[in-house]
Amino acid sequence: MRRSARLGVLGAGLAVFAAMMALAFAGLPGFGGSTHPYRDAAVAATYGHNTANAVSSINFDQRGFDTFGEETILFCAVVGVAALLRPVRGERRREVKDSGRVLESTSLLVYVLFPLTIVLAANVVAHGAVTPGGGFQGGVVLSTGIHLLYVGGRFSLLHRLRPLDWFHQGEALGVVLFGALGIAGAAFGSALFANVVPQGQLADFVSAGTVPLFNIAVGMTVCSSVVILLSSFLDQTLAIRADQGGRTGPGPEEGAAT
Amino acid sequence: MTYYAYAVAAAVMLLGIFGVATSRNLVHTVVCLSVAQSGTYVLLLAVGFQYGGLAPVFGSQVGRNTPVVDPVVQALTLTDIVVSAAVTSMLLALVIQIAKRHRDIDPDRLGRLEG
Repeated sequence: MRRSARLGVLGAGLAVFAAMMALAFAGLPGFGGSTHPYRDAAVAATYGHNTANAVSSINFDQRGFDTFGEETILFCAVVGVAALLRPVRGERRREVKDSGRVLESTSLLVYVLFPLTIVLAANVVAHGAVTPGGGFQGGVVLSTGIHLLYVGGRFSLLHRLRPLDWFHQGEALGVVLFGALGIAGAAFGSALFANVVPQGQLADFVSAGTVPLFNIAVGMTVCSSVVILLSSFLDQTLAIRADQGGRTGPGPEEGAAT
Repeated sequence: MTYYAYAVAAAVMLLGIFGVATSRNLVHTVVCLSVAQSGTYVLLLAVGFQYGGLAPVFGSQVGRNTPVVDPVVQALTLTDIVVSAAVTSMLLALVIQIAKRHRDIDPDRLGRLEG
């Protein structure tokens, strides 16, 4: 299709889409109103289980099974990326040599921030049921902290301090732990993903029953997932090279055909 | 102006779709898809917003009867972000494979290479 024709079709489609959205939004309750029936039900349920952070309570207590699905999506995406980005025929892995120069101020900043970020991540995961945060957020912070080593230091340093095998196992373990906690809810409580642990006092560090445990499981999975994802992409950029004199991948036949 | 936030959500989404359709670089396409998906975050958070509502984290200052913004849509937004990250990483991996096979990531030229 010619580019101008495509733009015409796109314009018509976007106009219809915008009109439908405008119609739908006109039927919504106005922005910022005080009628939120789901909010009222969720707040009552959150108080029922003595959880301070309502978002954590919804994610890990009230709709734990959905979050299990969400975690499985992440897990599958990581498996998919690892399968797509493995070295294929005609490629080989080379040793990455550290080259270039890192500003000393950058290095210093990283050496200060690296431990701080790790501690912050542990804090965000551990207090997921009490303060804003939780397993997803903390896991991302933790993996970012680990990759600070690459930003301000060297790839070899990251390579040494980030044993990938651990993260492969950590990811699987996190998913299994999440599922096991859900099945424990069915075994000891009323339903799958039921909150069976005593819930303690609102806003205490140990409160909200199973929510902190779910947070830890999710934190493990998310951190490991991001580390594995980034290591796959970094490998593509730095370590995987095509063999000399050949195209990469199973492509030469197609190249000859065209 | 009570529908202003919803209009922002729709505009972000439309801009993202426009970018996907007119893109000349597959990495740009993937980023535009993320932009389109960001429209859903704005929409979800706008639906749950309440004037004067506080963050739904209970403690000494926020009690049972304090007006808070809707935590349900915030939880959905969190799910949305995770799914978006998963999709983006998968698509970028596919782009790398396409770049290796065809030595080109302009979607307009890729059609001819396949033929």
